Amino acid sequence: MSKLQVSLYRYNPETDSAPYMQEFQVDTQGRDLMVLDVLHLAKEQDNGLAYRRSCREGVCGSDGMNMNGKNGLACITPLSEVVKGNELTLRPLPGLPVIRDLVVDMGLFYKQYERIQPYLQNNEPAPAIERLQSPEERDKLDGLYECILCACCSTACPSFWWNPEKFVGPAGLLQSYRFLADSRDTATRERLAELEDPFSVFRCRGIMNCVAVCPKGLNPTRAIGKIREMLLANAT
Amino acid sequence: MSTMRSLSFDAIIIGGGGAGLRAALELAKSGKKTAVLSKVFPTRSHTVSAQGGITCAIAAADPDDDWRWHMYDTVKGGDYIADQDASEYMCSEGPKAVFELEHMGLPFSRFDNGRIYQRPFGGQSKDFGKGGQAARTCAAADRTGHALLHTLYQNNLKNNTTFLNEWYAVDLVKNANGDVVGCIAMDIETGEVVHVKSKATVIATGGAGRIFASTTNALINTGDGIGMALRAGFPMQDMEMWQFHPTGIYGAGTLVTEGCRGEGGYLINKDGERFMERYAPNAKDLAGRDVVARSMVMEILEGRGCGEKGDHVFLKLDHLGEEVLGKRLPGIVELSKTFAHVDPAQDPIPVVPTCHYMMGGIPTNVHGQAIMQDAEGNDQIVGGLFACGEAACVSVHGANRLGGNSLLDLVVFGRAAGMFIEGALNEGIEYLDASSSDVESAMKRITRWNESESGETVPELKRELQDIMQTSFGVFREEKNMVEGVERLDQLRGRIASAYLPDKSNAFNTARVEALELDNLMEVAEATAIAALERKESRGAHSRYDYPDRDDANWLKHSLYFPADKRLGKRDVNFAPKTVDMFEPKVRTY
Amino acid sequence: MVTNITNLGRSGLSDWLLQRVSAVILALYTLFMVGYLLLSPGLDYAAWSGLFAHTWMRIFSLLAFISLAAHAWIGLWTVTTDYLKPTGIRIAVQLIIILAIFVFLVWGITVLWGA
Repeated sequence: MSKLQVSLYRYNPETDSAPYMQEFQVDTQGRDLMVLDVLHLAKEQDNGLAYRRSCREGVCGSDGMNMNGKNGLACITPLSEVVKGNELTLRPLPGLPVIRDLVVDMGLFYKQYERIQPYLQNNEPAPAIERLQSPEERDKLDGLYECILCACCSTACPSFWWNPEKFVGPAGLLQSYRFLADSRDTATRERLAELEDPFSVFRCRGIMNCVAVCPKGLNPTRAIGKIREMLLANAT
Repeated sequence: MSTMRSLSFDAIIIGGGGAGLRAALELAKSGKKTAVLSKVFPTRSHTVSAQGGITCAIAAADPDDDWRWHMYDTVKGGDYIADQDASEYMCSEGPKAVFELEHMGLPFSRFDNGRIYQRPFGGQSKDFGKGGQAARTCAAADRTGHALLHTLYQNNLKNNTTFLNEWYAVDLVKNANGDVVGCIAMDIETGEVVHVKSKATVIATGGAGRIFASTTNALINTGDGIGMALRAGFPMQDMEMWQFHPTGIYGAGTLVTEGCRGEGGYLINKDGERFMERYAPNAKDLAGRDVVARSMVMEILEGRGCGEKGDHVFLKLDHLGEEVLGKRLPGIVELSKTFAHVDPAQDPIPVVPTCHYMMGGIPTNVHGQAIMQDAEGNDQIVGGLFACGEAACVSVHGANRLGGNSLLDLVVFGRAAGMFIEGALNEGIEYLDASSSDVESAMKRITRWNESESGETVPELKRELQDIMQTSFGVFREEKNMVEGVERLDQLRGRIASAYLPDKSNAFNTARVEALELDNLMEVAEATAIAALERKESRGAHSRYDYPDRDDANWLKHSLYFPADKRLGKRDVNFAPKTVDMFEPKVRTY
Repeated sequence: MVTNITNLGRSGLSDWLLQRVSAVILALYTLFMVGYLLLSPGLDYAAWSGLFAHTWMRIFSLLAFISLAAHAWIGLWTVTTDYLKPTGIRIAVQLIIILAIFVFLVWGITVLWGA
């Protein structure tokens, strides 16, 4: 059984002046492993290999990385989906500073998430039971609330690469729309006022890389379109 | 050591899952100087994987629903060693805690009248078991844990909670009086080790399912808080009680929610027979999880398992139709396609009982205060130490947790701990500062790894530990096998104590974190093993071939494991709820 | 909100709207021109100059020129803010662009109304 040829992005700030690619031969015993399993096997060869992981079932969003050129979650990406010609190249998510190996500094990504005030705002006194919401109103949150903050989308977005400080990015905007669309949220005007500048929303050029890579099958581009519609309706 | 930086807080919460974030929210709102210290970014905590829902008598599905019925189910589900005062507190305070979550924005699914959607779950009944199946589990599709965890994180952002994300708590710091006054923690990104001082230290580190080879738990569930508390000499309660979830995906171990059976799915053996009708004629597939898991293993052992090796059974869902699956169980459809290569709308999912939940943990009262025993066997509060969530044993789950009760446990007791600590801080609790030798003794373990020069490596030792637990302490247990397991663990402990960490670098050294986690797995495994060997009866999730019956005369008790002399003691179960009559132990059938 | 002072409308929404409206005007103008050229096989100077003698044609053309200027400015401003990170260089390039657009616009107007 020939071994899988795995090329890994390596960088340890304490010992390396520059990042480099390191080759590993990983024995998969012919099984269609997940990419994360391959990383575990590589780590047994080199204890120092660093990557994040937690739930290993695609709901925690820890192990977003670039696999043979495409962003995704290592734990739910089977080799059969990404490997071509027995070769697998793993790099950190593009566009964010690398801390070590496949671990990136997600600070900018989280900052943009926090900027859209990702929490329900409703200043009316809460009832003694839950706030009522019809199933139709609740349906509007489907495809939005499921985001796991893995950053696969934002780090695949050229607009986010060029302006990570000013463009909210697909993940943040998806969450922004999650609250704009919630019948229980009363801060719509304030939320929209924060978004009408030329960068926050409008730097989206409809490239749709975000849609192509989202491991949860969500559609940030559509949410961004909805925000634009709301801004337009609000201002005209 | 003198150069070590220190940080001071009123309260430090170790763990950023549901319980930790709920406690933190309460404290952040009160303006106390609080920090959440989490080894992963909080939304990566294992709460995120909870699927089916949060069980609570909010009376949406049934306007006559009553929290007392929920309490009855909880006590019965726990095979009568759930504390009745704690269960009473959880079930009666529950609706308040769930409505708060909704007000915070949790996107619950809805009934047509706009109220929160509730689905049937295992072990639920109306009218104290006499009124048939109840539907009491509040759900956000099959992603309730995800929705809950994100909502709590979001509201902590709103209230400016301080987060020490990707920090790893190494060990507790005790002062000369034995009070807990903080911890030693490592900033994973830089490797810096810091002394975190605090008047209240809350352990909310979740479970430790990774002591087993096959588990639904996240890779991070290594029992760090349990390990720290055991090393600090505090006792653990009911550690033999491990829930095996009936439906882990065969081979992968990933969870398939009980909600599948709540929505009408059922288990079949190789003959296509709905075998739960034989084991639990009334509740069938919605009997307690321990009952269903045991029945599945019986089917497999008696040769009616599915697949080439006959080592699993099937969960049938196709009769629910694509619409129900898409609306109520979309995450399950995704998971089974990814991990079982099965579309549940067409074919059944291969499942097998898989380690899922630790009922035991740090004994606490309903305020989250950790409890130990004095020499006479009386309860004694541990100064400065609190626990909530899966790491704690209040105990509301007894010998077997009901589905949907874990999320309720997190928010009710996270909230309760937060409220209590706020009050205690207002009253001005003060403890003696830790001396430098107190701090040094908490540094011992990390120093040992950092100075290790040769020995066995972490991955192989971990695999061996998991193999021992899987082999000797699974769904069915018996003396000989467990004695052997305890011996192998004892020997493993020595090898781990001289194991080797090859990578000593500082920046994001995950190898060091995994080494420190291995020590905690070892502590949890040993506590589990000794408690399982000593509890000579079958109760709830703890089933022994050699003691097949429940023994109320001797074991209607919590077990209490003392790490110093590896001894198993007993502690009384509470049978004194405040507002209702207590539930007498009865034979448990479904 | 991200603040900025060099974009056209001071608001992403108005820039976005302007970009789309100007694109529609330019598309109509282009269609008209292509159609005119196809339907006028023996086109000579007199006919061409005659077309632009009509006031409506001059207004239509002016609208197209202004649209082109706005469209170009918004588009190129975006490009400079994406790719030119040093502030000095970015402002210099933006000045050159705006100067060029201004010159072309005035030149266009003199062509239309001059002579």
